[in-house]
Amino acid sequence: MSVNTSKRVDTGAHVERKAQDTKSDKVVAGVSHSMLAIWALLVLIPLGWTLMSSFKTTSEIFSSPFSLPADWKFENYVNAWNTAGIGSYFFNTVIVVGFALVIVMVLGAMCAYVLARFVFPGYRAVYYLMLAGLTFPVFLAIVPLFFILKNIGLLNTLPGLIIVYVAFALPFTVFFLFSFFKALPHEIAEAAQIDGAGEWRTFFQVMLPMAKPGLASVAIFNFLGLWNQYLIPVAINTRRENYVLSQGIAAYAGQMGYAVDFGALFAAAIIVVVPVLVMYIVFQRQLQGSVSAGTMK
Amino acid sequence: MTQATNEVQSGSGVVATARRRRKKLTFDKVSFMAVFLGLPLVIYLVFVISPFLQAIYYSMTSWSGFDNNMPFVGLDNYVKLFNDDIFMISIRNSITLAIFLPIITVILALVLATLVTIGGSSRGQIKGLKGAGFYRVISFFPYVIPAVVIGIIWQQILNPDNGLLNGILTSIGIDSAKNFAWLGDPRTAMGASIFVIVWGFVGFYMILFIAAIKGIPAETFEAARIDGAGRLRTAVSITIPLIRDNIQTAYVYMGILALDAFVYMSVLNSTGGPANSTLVMAQKLFSTAFTKGQFGLACAMGVVLAVITLLFSALVFLVNKLTGGSKDVSE
Repeated sequence: MSVNTSKRVDTGAHVERKAQDTKSDKVVAGVSHSMLAIWALLVLIPLGWTLMSSFKTTSEIFSSPFSLPADWKFENYVNAWNTAGIGSYFFNTVIVVGFALVIVMVLGAMCAYVLARFVFPGYRAVYYLMLAGLTFPVFLAIVPLFFILKNIGLLNTLPGLIIVYVAFALPFTVFFLFSFFKALPHEIAEAAQIDGAGEWRTFFQVMLPMAKPGLASVAIFNFLGLWNQYLIPVAINTRRENYVLSQGIAAYAGQMGYAVDFGALFAAAIIVVVPVLVMYIVFQRQLQGSVSAGTMK
Repeated sequence: MTQATNEVQSGSGVVATARRRRKKLTFDKVSFMAVFLGLPLVIYLVFVISPFLQAIYYSMTSWSGFDNNMPFVGLDNYVKLFNDDIFMISIRNSITLAIFLPIITVILALVLATLVTIGGSSRGQIKGLKGAGFYRVISFFPYVIPAVVIGIIWQQILNPDNGLLNGILTSIGIDSAKNFAWLGDPRTAMGASIFVIVWGFVGFYMILFIAAIKGIPAETFEAARIDGAGRLRTAVSITIPLIRDNIQTAYVYMGILALDAFVYMSVLNSTGGPANSTLVMAQKLFSTAFTKGQFGLACAMGVVLAVITLLFSALVFLVNKLTGGSKDVSE
């Protein structure tokens, strides 16, 4: 078997060195490249245009969509940050997403670990409850959720938003980590227990560190999902000083008809996009790897 | 989703051995289970499951939300909904999205993923195009941008007076595009909205399919090539059947998303568009609940939305099964 494989690789490399692309190869490559290039432009041009417009004055934006700004107005960013309130929304978002992310990762890892490694009555029920949370639309829950938070006094507060974020991110976290914990070798946990570690210590000092790659992937997806969340805050977090970024910028865009500062609107869009785009570029390999981990069997 | 289900079934053997090994309950074990399972479950039950169940009950009351008076009205709300022309329009619009969005997104993502993975030379090892990594990174950009911002950016691009699209169209001589309101004309509003959502998601599914295609052993492609299959034939007869499960998952996810679509639709056209042409159920539900205060009616809309979502998923699974399923192809 191994001989076979190495032979195949050898000849493959050998042929490749000599191989010349046929005419049809060149045509196919040309067509493919142009299609992919069109798609790449379709992605990049709107983003580039937004970046460029974020430095223009409103009258420049109105006069031509193409013209470069006469002078680069960094004030747009200052205006977006202060006047449009993006600064305080940014701060709220960091707090809410930060806390929710830590809590959901801890709780999700614990729940997934128990589901993956223990047997208890009601195991199936828990599993299907989690599945229901993934399948049913959030919209079904939104009205009762509003009143639950109202009754416990957490409506329109950041802690209320955090706990709802945690609850709704939980099923995804549990499902993803479930398969991860399942795949970890049993022997190590057993060794830890033989050495006298209790369940708590086994989890925190042995299993959790081993699950780090899985935790990282889920954390990135949860970060993106929570940072971009819009419906939940719009429904249960309606006090302006508690706005998160997505609802803040939507509200700002919504009043554009009256108070027109388009430059600041574009600047606000850039401010919202940059953190996630930086996150993505930094963790790009990790993220694409985890997409494949999630789909390959 | 499907994967997780399989996981549990295949894992039941492990579970059985664990049961045999189980020892007496100790404090360590009891406290461990209580905290590890109890805490997440309580939060989950209170904030996710109980609202789902309450919504079903509220949907049978004419509750206005601001007192405890919940007159039970049975199925009246549902009757009211199905006689409400605007709600029916919103159902129709949501179903339109659920039909077109997944099919456009999945096909486009499949084409791009195929080009990236097996578009390379027909000699030597099967490989993708040069620069595939670049396209992959760029393609994923829209997925990480918040939906709200995608909506705002495209709203500006499609702006009739100073938007980028009309600027480009008029500069290449299409004068009829001058001041044309893409989102303000009932003929184009829905199409433009679909385009924006597709723009936001193609990259993600492209990455997903690339990963799936890379999971197919190279020998399979080589064998197909030796048998004389061209690229198109390989893509249609080898790639697609082998990643059928991934396509199904993508289709279901995209459909669920299309049936929601709240963020995109409400940012692009906050009032439901010209002649309600882009009004979706989620928007109608939101305004019924939080603007009009008809919470019972809004919950009934939520139930209808949930039922349609479940029917959609069931339909996709059924179609996949009837048209051959994945098992017999991959084995």
